[in-house]
Amino acid sequence: MFSCSIFRAHRRPIALLAPAASFLLGGCGMQVLAPSGDVARQQAHILTVSTLLMLVIILPVMALTIFFAWRYRASNDTVEHKPDWDHSTSLELIIWSAPLLIIIMLGAITWISTHTLDPYRRLGRIAPGQPVAAKTAPLEIDVVALDWKWLFIYPEQGIATVNQLALPLNREVRFRITSSSVMNSFYIPALAGQIYAMPGMETKLHAVLNKPGRFEGFSANYSGAGFSGMHFTVDGVDDAGFARWVAHARAGGAKLDLPVYRVLARPSENVKPLRWAAADPKLFDRIVRMCTEPGATCATDMHMGTAGAAGQSMPAPVNDNSRPPAGEPEGALLRSGSEKGTAPRAGSPNDARRSPSQN
Amino acid sequence: MSPDVIKFLFGRFSLESLPLHEPIVMGTFVVVALGGAALVGALTYFRVWGYLWNEWFTSVDHKKIGVMYMILGMIMLLRGFSDAIMMRMQQSMAFGANDGFLPAHHYDQVFTAHGVIMIFFVAMPFVTGLMNFAVPLQIGARDVSFPFLNNFSFWMTAMGAVIVMMSLFVGEFARTGWLAMAPLSGLDQSPDVGVDYYIWALQVAGIGTLLSGINLVCTIVKMRAPGMTMMKMPIFTWTALCTNILIVAAFPVLTAVLALLGLDRYFGTHFFTNTMGGNPMMYVNMIWIWGHPEVYILILPAFGVYSEVTSTFCDKRLFGYTSMVYATVVITILSYLVWLHHFFTMGSGASVNSFFGITTMIISIPTGAKIFNWLFTMYHGRIRFELPMMWTIAFMLTFTVGGMTGVLLAVPPADFVLHNSLFLVAHFHNVIIGGVVFGMFAGINYWFPKAFGFKLDEFWGKMSFWFWVSGYWFAFTPLYVLGLMGVTRRLRHFDDPSLQIWFLIAAFGAALVAIGILSSLIQFYVSFRDRERLRDTTGDPWGGRTLEWATSSPPPAYNFAVTPVIHDLDAWYDMKSRNHRRPTDGYRAILMPRNTPTGLYLAGLSLTFGVGMIWYVWWLAGASLIGVFAVAIHHTFNYDREFHIPADEVTRTEEARTRALAAAGV
Repeated sequence: MFSCSIFRAHRRPIALLAPAASFLLGGCGMQVLAPSGDVARQQAHILTVSTLLMLVIILPVMALTIFFAWRYRASNDTVEHKPDWDHSTSLELIIWSAPLLIIIMLGAITWISTHTLDPYRRLGRIAPGQPVAAKTAPLEIDVVALDWKWLFIYPEQGIATVNQLALPLNREVRFRITSSSVMNSFYIPALAGQIYAMPGMETKLHAVLNKPGRFEGFSANYSGAGFSGMHFTVDGVDDAGFARWVAHARAGGAKLDLPVYRVLARPSENVKPLRWAAADPKLFDRIVRMCTEPGATCATDMHMGTAGAAGQSMPAPVNDNSRPPAGEPEGALLRSGSEKGTAPRAGSPNDARRSPSQN
Repeated sequence: MSPDVIKFLFGRFSLESLPLHEPIVMGTFVVVALGGAALVGALTYFRVWGYLWNEWFTSVDHKKIGVMYMILGMIMLLRGFSDAIMMRMQQSMAFGANDGFLPAHHYDQVFTAHGVIMIFFVAMPFVTGLMNFAVPLQIGARDVSFPFLNNFSFWMTAMGAVIVMMSLFVGEFARTGWLAMAPLSGLDQSPDVGVDYYIWALQVAGIGTLLSGINLVCTIVKMRAPGMTMMKMPIFTWTALCTNILIVAAFPVLTAVLALLGLDRYFGTHFFTNTMGGNPMMYVNMIWIWGHPEVYILILPAFGVYSEVTSTFCDKRLFGYTSMVYATVVITILSYLVWLHHFFTMGSGASVNSFFGITTMIISIPTGAKIFNWLFTMYHGRIRFELPMMWTIAFMLTFTVGGMTGVLLAVPPADFVLHNSLFLVAHFHNVIIGGVVFGMFAGINYWFPKAFGFKLDEFWGKMSFWFWVSGYWFAFTPLYVLGLMGVTRRLRHFDDPSLQIWFLIAAFGAALVAIGILSSLIQFYVSFRDRERLRDTTGDPWGGRTLEWATSSPPPAYNFAVTPVIHDLDAWYDMKSRNHRRPTDGYRAILMPRNTPTGLYLAGLSLTFGVGMIWYVWWLAGASLIGVFAVAIHHTFNYDREFHIPADEVTRTEEARTRALAAAGV
């Protein structure tokens, strides 16, 4: 994964030079420190400011360590040895208060920035000095982490894709995020910080992309065998480009409904991008409520965060289905002898349980 | 035999559970088997089984148990480090069309095993071993409060390690990451033996750790020599007290969360499942309530070692003893108020995230105070750059960087972009290698002459030092850089070739660390070979300050023939400066605990219980469990638990020491 090379293919030879060179020449370089979205840029700024603030105390300590170690070496007879000197109230005051002052400053930065950059909160601005227009609704995108690919549903446009995302530039986007089976983390370093994708739960992320180009997104939380291939492309396009991209997806014709989803949700690795012209509008909610299997009933009382709210609270887990889903294994102690099965090593030639389809 | 009988006898074990088709694992197995056979052969040939059994395996002597913990840690370090090398090799070659040499099912086990082994079976035994060895000596005690329990604790830890090692050759280990996060570790996603190996290895070892924690808390609270008030305790003992309080308070949480996961897996309950009201986030929450104190359990004793070493090798009282003690206590308390910083990105509200971010930063204040205290202990000192002091200086320079990146990760907006990245991996290796591992090497070099009566060889010690320290920086600086490039952890394959150079540098660093580990093994060998040259007959080779240096090296089984009376901090320094005269007559018989193999039996039965549960061999698990209770109850009827070392034997031992001291001119 991590094909920064996509947007720097013409500079490939640089990658072969010494790391220092690629450092200076940027390119793929420090994506986290030089992102393309306003939220990520503010996060990078916090990161830099905090580091500099701490260096104020770290660098003197490191310098003093080396200096004291050298100056008070046993072979240096010119300095006085004070074997019983072990207390100084003024020094104690300094060594407790200096870190305290730094932490007070850092704590203030933390409190403010954590609130302003809360991923559940609507954006205050599209870019520095460019507030979000009062009544514009964000573009909604529903994100589902599947084993091991990403499903994106655009409810307003009615389309759905796998492993490809297009974002109109300078428009606030609200992601609603969930997962089909295990925990993943939805992360596009160029756009904004990550947020977990969790089964039976819904998380949110508000972000905006400011620069055109092709970027990488991926799962930042290990989720099993196909985890390494669980990445997708993010295209930053202008409004016209976005309209074209949507039209292109609609031209495909196929529809993503529950039966198609059930096939899609089966484990698969390194999945090529897919798209559907239409998606079942209730699909995302059914996935969140874990009722996509045939015959499953969805819980009726939903406590999902409402759109547009500052949404400080996690929606309560809604995984309160009254019946276990079909095929769920019972506890080992409750099985009869013949149900015990065997536990061959994974990768054994006769191990038919695994080996998800490689497409 | 009918299939049902086979199922009954062997559970889900079959010949396919053996790695017969995996050349890497089979090769390892052959090497381990040959090595093991050679070792067993040599032990039999030299007729040392009886000696090992009587003097070590069944010993309740805290010093010998401490040494056995250290040996366990060393052995497991080799295993854990082999995993590290495999990860570094995989990540430095798997680019583009090259898929590397480890398939996912193998690689995922490797990084899981690496984390589990390094934390539970390397760092924990090292820390427990040092505390076991040094604490009773430092407080002038003859043993710990519960010597039999101590032996039992060690064997439980060792049997946990055996369970993990078994998974390498029989079945497989978990492919979930080192904390086995639900729902990935649930029966749906991980139906095979891997997670069960994980659960039972940690449950068995966890009992050992918890009991050892209780034991050391009691020892420190109740068994200090007369005159040693709390504020006259050596600083290492203070850190040991805080660490063991943390163990007693935190490990039951781990036991509980793994028990709940076990109930999900064995009884089909729904604590952490996606459906039926289960909540996998609760697993994450609970395991970090244990997990965060755990890192302080590891680092606090290392801080204690640095304090002892700095003071000793600067020939100076520790600067700010009182503030050091308060800093330790504050860290102990705060370590319970920060666990949520491990999952800022799971969607908690901004106020919750800020609260836990700020509490995390506050920990850096007492930690910073500690660093300053070491710094000002060096100020106007007379610093001898012996090996323990070198490790301490390397720690101060390395750990501050790790502390800084740690505080950075505590700022939620920064964590949102760095969580789970290689930056995080670099950070925790920065503090665990730069803090805990360096501290363990400082401690090993510092107390080795006390344990064995000869110093460790300096040349190979320096080799080990320089290769470890430079290896650390080469291996993990690139990971900081990669983290800032947005590269996440636990990836098996990469597309972007421009990242490869960083992984190659990291692999080079790992190779340097390998030479460092090899050097310390050579250091042990060379020191043993040249032990006469390195012999310490005084019992106080470094000009020590605390009580352990008042007795002989190695100390007699009873540690102190006459219990010392403490008047000041740095008791032994105080005794030396007041021209204390060692009592040379009037010895009395000393009551000591008797060796017993019961701990080993109990731990062995726990091992077979675990194996039975892992493989669904219910008769074995049931029989073992009954066995555990039977042996434990039987042991309560053993009234022959103590014996007297006769006064004339004590006199003989002490007179030999008098002669040795006279010969050494002390």
